[in-house]
Amino acid sequence: MARITMREAISQALWEEMERDPSVFILGEEVGVWGGTYAVTKGFFDHFGPDRVKDTPIAENAILGAAIGSALTGLRPIAELMTINFAFSAMDYIVNQAAKMHYMFNGQMVLPLVIRAVGGGGRQLGATHSQTPDAIFAHFPGLKVVAPGTPVDAKGLLKAAIRSQDPVLFIEHATLYQTRGEVPEGDFVIPIGKSTIQRPGKDITLVTYSKMLEISTKAADALSKEGIDVEIVDLRSLRPLDMGPVLESFKKTNRAVIVEEGWQSYGVGSEVATRIYEEAFDYVDAPIKRVAQKEVPLPYNRTLEQMALPQVEDVINAVKEVLNG
Amino acid sequence: MEKSDYLRLYHEMVLIRRLEEKSAELYQQGKIGGFLHLYIGQEAVSTGLISARTPEDRVITAYRDHGVAINCGLSANEVMAELLGKATGCSGGKGGSMHLADVKKNFWGGHAIVGGHLPIAAGLALGDVYRKDPNATICMFGDGATNIGYFHEALNISKVWNLPVLWVCENNQYGMGTSVDRASAVSEIVQKASGYGMQSRQVDGMDVMAVRQAADEMLTQIRAGSGPMLLEVITYRFRGHSMGDPERYRKQEEVHKWQENDPIGIYRKYLVEKGIASEEELDQTDDAAMQEALAAVEFAESSPEPGPEELFRHIYVEE
Repeated sequence: MARITMREAISQALWEEMERDPSVFILGEEVGVWGGTYAVTKGFFDHFGPDRVKDTPIAENAILGAAIGSALTGLRPIAELMTINFAFSAMDYIVNQAAKMHYMFNGQMVLPLVIRAVGGGGRQLGATHSQTPDAIFAHFPGLKVVAPGTPVDAKGLLKAAIRSQDPVLFIEHATLYQTRGEVPEGDFVIPIGKSTIQRPGKDITLVTYSKMLEISTKAADALSKEGIDVEIVDLRSLRPLDMGPVLESFKKTNRAVIVEEGWQSYGVGSEVATRIYEEAFDYVDAPIKRVAQKEVPLPYNRTLEQMALPQVEDVINAVKEVLNG
Repeated sequence: MEKSDYLRLYHEMVLIRRLEEKSAELYQQGKIGGFLHLYIGQEAVSTGLISARTPEDRVITAYRDHGVAINCGLSANEVMAELLGKATGCSGGKGGSMHLADVKKNFWGGHAIVGGHLPIAAGLALGDVYRKDPNATICMFGDGATNIGYFHEALNISKVWNLPVLWVCENNQYGMGTSVDRASAVSEIVQKASGYGMQSRQVDGMDVMAVRQAADEMLTQIRAGSGPMLLEVITYRFRGHSMGDPERYRKQEEVHKWQENDPIGIYRKYLVEKGIASEEELDQTDDAAMQEALAAVEFAESSPEPGPEELFRHIYVEE
């Protein structure tokens, strides 16, 4: 198995799906001639041509509107938002159009659409370009929200998203593009809406996804040296949310910490913790803890920014508090 | 045009009028919920426009969509049933007045977010271009929609990509209660096309034949690859923006003045004066349309409600 980066995994998924299905095409800002602002679509324009790798004006409503409309005609557009922060400019298309049309018109309209969006903090881009607003999008029925934390999941889930008949928001984390992992050769798909155990353990359950999988894994490595055996559940999809592996793990460990990069209030941790309390209350041995971003707009200054983002230490401390509580 | 074509257009206009008068009554009786935006006064616009399309041309419009639905070939029954939220409605009772659609008839919906469907129309046209299908997309919207960002992003990208879209602004003089000159930097919407290097035309929306002719000429060019064009249709809604509009923003004299130019009356006069149809024939069409509207009410009222199993159906294609 080859060890490739997240960027390569995503790029491979796009390339292979475009080779496999002529109705798949890409549109977005700088996806073509430039090769993608994160170099994910480098070489695509020359190979697939301008009709299948469409550069757009900087106009998010036009991008997503065009994607939705062409999806309605049976094409499989992959619309790239340069960053998820720009999704707010076109929020209507994500939550009010794409998420609603199949239901509202009684199944007549089908939108096989993927919206790729890069999110996450930690790059000193300031408050407007650093957000992790995943939970907002996961709030809306009708939309599927996927956020992989490993290269293999990124490739398999993106292929599933492209082949899906439903609109999928595919959230990539900007600081994971260089992360390497083993990815099998050839075609494979990882189904949307399936959580997975990324690391088996017996003492406590860490529930996380995307970039925070990396932070949680580092915390688990450190904790293992102190004899604490952490089990990590990777949600991978926020909607549909698969609580199966989370509950299974929790019923074994009876303790949980939920780690997310977004703000804590009304977030993924709130949702997962509540569901554990609702569905496995008899198994609770200690209050569940949440690790999340401090409730501030992310500052530019590197030290302040890192203070606001969840760190390995924060996860270690939360685990110890739950175990000792 | 054959005589039957002329009569079909007349029938459509009268049917829309009767259907909407009935729906207003049902709304007052509390049988129709939510918002109800009547098209009365504007029937010549969609009737003329849609009569110029081929079945392969796509149509998409805003929330004032009952007339467009009828012109696109939806039955009065399924339109009225949708207004009453019944299972037999064209959107299964889940969409309501603002969300009529029949994809098989290439009617891509009523859309309720002002201007929101314009970029989607560009996408529909992009789909045709991608497949090299020579179809046009007709996108209708009100004058109010030309002041929101969606309009400008959509017109721009349609020109940049040379998409086969006929943008049709139904200028009925008011965006809700705000007149065009109070909301738009230019009072002639047609001027906005020049910012996008787009060909445009203005036409009298009370004259169904004039609308049809303009649409026919423009659609022919668009299908031949001219790129997008903007058609401004000057019209007027005789009723309020929606039911329950106190209409403080306009004088009754103004409404009456426009009502003297009733598009149905104008077309009727045209048909008689040209010797295309007799008064008796048109009276018969009037009666038939009235019967159809009444039958639609009967059908809708006697139709079943959607079952509880519908609540969770169609959230996703793949659960």
